[in-house]
Amino acid sequence: MTELMDFDRAVADFDPVLGIEVHVELGTATKMFDAAPNAFGGEANTHVTPVSLGLPGSLPVVNGTAVEYAVKIGLALNCQIAQTCRFARKSYFYPDLTKAFQTSQYDEPIAHDGWVDVELEDGTLFRVEIERAHMEEDAGKNTHVGGADGRIHGAEYSLVDYNRAGVPLVEIVTRPIEGAGERAPEVARAYVQTLRDIFRALEVSEARMERGNVRADINVSLRPDPQAPFGVRSETKNVNSFRSIERAVRFEIQRQAAILSGGGIVIQETRHFHEDDGSTSPGRGKSDAEDYRYFPEPDLVPVTASREWVEELRAGLPELPVAKRRRLRQEWGCSEMEMRDVVNAGALELIEATTAAGCPAGAARKWWMGELARKAKESETSLADMPVTPAAIAELQGLVDSGRLTDKLARQVLEGVLAGEGSPVQVVEARGLEVVSDEGALTAAVQEALEANPGIVEKIKGGKVQAAGALVGAVMKATKGQADAARVRELIMEMVGA
Amino acid sequence: MNELLARTALDLAAALRAGEITAVELTTACLDRIEALNPRVNAFLHIDREGALATAAEVDRRRGAGEELHPLAGVPIALKDNMVTRGMPTTCASKILEGWLPPYDATVVDRIKAAGLPIVGKTNMDEFAMGSSTEHSAFGPTRNPWDMEHIPGGSGGGSAAAVSAFMVPLALGSDTGGSIRQPGSVTGTVGAKPTYGAISRYGLVAMASSLDQIGPVTRTVADAAALTELVGGHDPLDSTSLNAPVPDLGQAVARVAGAGRLEGLRVGVVTELSGEGYQEEVLASFTATVDELRGAGAEIVEVSCPSFDYALAAYYLIMPAEVSSNLARFDGMRYGIRVEPGEGPVTAERVMAATREAGFGDEVKRRIILGTHVLSAGYYDAYYGSAQKVRTLIQRDFDRVFADVDVLVSPTAPTTAFRFGDKIDDPMAMYLNDIATIPANLAGVPAMSVPCGLDGQGLPIGFQVIAPAHADLKMYEVAALVETLVEDVASACPAATWEETL
Repeated sequence: MTELMDFDRAVADFDPVLGIEVHVELGTATKMFDAAPNAFGGEANTHVTPVSLGLPGSLPVVNGTAVEYAVKIGLALNCQIAQTCRFARKSYFYPDLTKAFQTSQYDEPIAHDGWVDVELEDGTLFRVEIERAHMEEDAGKNTHVGGADGRIHGAEYSLVDYNRAGVPLVEIVTRPIEGAGERAPEVARAYVQTLRDIFRALEVSEARMERGNVRADINVSLRPDPQAPFGVRSETKNVNSFRSIERAVRFEIQRQAAILSGGGIVIQETRHFHEDDGSTSPGRGKSDAEDYRYFPEPDLVPVTASREWVEELRAGLPELPVAKRRRLRQEWGCSEMEMRDVVNAGALELIEATTAAGCPAGAARKWWMGELARKAKESETSLADMPVTPAAIAELQGLVDSGRLTDKLARQVLEGVLAGEGSPVQVVEARGLEVVSDEGALTAAVQEALEANPGIVEKIKGGKVQAAGALVGAVMKATKGQADAARVRELIMEMVGA
Repeated sequence: MNELLARTALDLAAALRAGEITAVELTTACLDRIEALNPRVNAFLHIDREGALATAAEVDRRRGAGEELHPLAGVPIALKDNMVTRGMPTTCASKILEGWLPPYDATVVDRIKAAGLPIVGKTNMDEFAMGSSTEHSAFGPTRNPWDMEHIPGGSGGGSAAAVSAFMVPLALGSDTGGSIRQPGSVTGTVGAKPTYGAISRYGLVAMASSLDQIGPVTRTVADAAALTELVGGHDPLDSTSLNAPVPDLGQAVARVAGAGRLEGLRVGVVTELSGEGYQEEVLASFTATVDELRGAGAEIVEVSCPSFDYALAAYYLIMPAEVSSNLARFDGMRYGIRVEPGEGPVTAERVMAATREAGFGDEVKRRIILGTHVLSAGYYDAYYGSAQKVRTLIQRDFDRVFADVDVLVSPTAPTTAFRFGDKIDDPMAMYLNDIATIPANLAGVPAMSVPCGLDGQGLPIGFQVIAPAHADLKMYEVAALVETLVEDVASACPAATWEETL
């Protein structure tokens, strides 16, 4: 069992330094270097060409859209974009790597020297510096059959699926992240989350963590104080959920602190993360680190990104998530906490679209974060997948604001909309759910209630105003809830003469 | 010999168009001769009688139906066995690819098929194109039709022998450091390495990507021009492919051959490529040809390219580096042979090691080890990095001298064909045979070999013409001029008198 130090003590005694490498699979139609479809899943080895299979004689050709996406990512991360850059071969032997080298970028990445501001839970911004962002291709996928829990060790044989081989990736490498202190786990999570949001905003990737679209390698090292040189680091590979990233950093800080405070030495190595208990365990030792024998890929001419093209892409960048969130928070008048709930619920875009359709921000937020969030949870679906459009919610709120619906009626109308009965107006008409706004009919109903409850009338007259509630209830019942309760109360008071 | 086979590809193409002969008749003649002679010459690793005849029959049918066909339709062709052919064995003369049937066609193969040239088979070579003698083929050496005790050059000895022995009028080879030109030189055939990128490499099993180039092997310059026009031109599947139309080489060749002169031509004789280590008869024949050029209107100047002295060294660092990377994919997992370790566990690493041990020959292993070392951390700058600097110097030398001359000339190889076994145990001696051809590959410029004479043993000598990048047309003009000025070497090959029944 790995020995751990209490987290609070660990960060009191040591200064953690992080380094994070994030891989994102780009959502291009075809692969990085060939015309095979870049599609998730599919029967094994069906999304392949001679190029993605690395067959003898096949040659790569760079996917222009992937370059465009990489430049957009570079720009969004405030990077310098190289005017020309090259691919290199990174050699290693593994059956899922068809050519025995990965076509990647080495000393000439497409983007370098940038930064990104990450918003932490308390609303402060933490700046992470980016060393480089480079393009490369993904490898295939091995399945080990016959051993315990899918590990290669003890397996009888292995199957390789090359559908993923050649899928375009961008790898983003940070400079050492210093000064995070006890917030290091939070910074790591927020950083990867920020990148995920940027990828989505740029529409360069679906960025679905659960599909491995975004994967992070997390380097952690400790030093006695911020002035000391960097300590020996561990690299936890392929962490692919936000929660896991936070846990992996926490675990490594606690593990390394225990080693260091006991006078031990941290070994530089790669480690695996375990979802079940949040621990990490040693992988391959760096002592047998491979020599990748990088050299410029002779089958590809250099990639050029002209100034004009880069500026055109820069001008076309969407508003980025952190900035957008800050702007909307201002406009909507939310607290940090409320805004974070909105983001976590995946409601930001929906609320924004609802407001854009004419709904006041407060009401839009109330619908999506209240009634709709509740119903989404009940039906175990995401907000985005609810069968209602932001425009319909705006229409519904319009009916409330014009007095045609009460809040209660509006919720009933929403039921109808969700049940596929049409737009809010159509549901109102079909179900006859409109507020009784005919004063004559209301007056008659109130008159009826007064006559049927002389005792209550007397009480009101005697000063017990709260007794009017019973009469309101009676009128609402008589009008099947379609009356405006406040107006009913007004009428009762007028007619009783109190 | 069937007299058809003595004719050039362009003659045959004209006869086919005129209806004098049929493609089936011609293809049958080639195949019969190949099948009769191959047991002796070993120029072919695979013969496709059925496929070639089917193509020929289809060409005859379409021509009969009055369809407009490619000018070379129906003219048989052979391909070096490092060009992938869908459903036809492609081995690179290596055990490791024995039995591999590629699921796709190389771009050149695509174009040949579309034009209706019957592919008679795949020719022998040094394993993965590594060698200068075709002695490194895993399936036995090819013999030189000029003298069966001599090597046919390498790595494209099979294509050169097939063409020089009148087995087929056209062939394609590949040239990384001279593998089209040096075999051309020692078998009396014409061989050209175009400007890097002029012919697609898609589907050419790579030896050293930055140096490899496909090119024609023929008996005349005009045939080489026609074949280059057929297979050349931009290919979107090869990122290094030139985005420019193929020049009208055939017309230029015909014009020069007709005139027999090239007024105002400036020819540079490279001092570094015509001195020490060159066979005397080779130099004599070369000098005589240069004199002929002078007589035909050319101005001859001596030029010096000092960096060429380091070309061989740079080549033997860059080439193996790329070889080690390109051949790393042969791991026994997906295609070719798979050898499991004799004892112990069957892991991926051990299968890979056993497959390579059994599948690769000595020369291939030597270059993989050399290349792996050259690229390894700590040695990269000293070896690969320095070699790339030399490469730049060589390019500059070319740029400098091409400011003054239209083409450079030299003997193609320092000697005529050596005997089998002479250099097989001395890699350095073997490597030296490529000393004159390598600079063009390092600089990416076009170069070709034209036969210019015979030595005392009656073995052919080659004359090399090197042109600036993208000046392939000029190279073809000069080669055509040389051809008109010297004796017809190719027709003098003793194989012309061989009977298929021998």
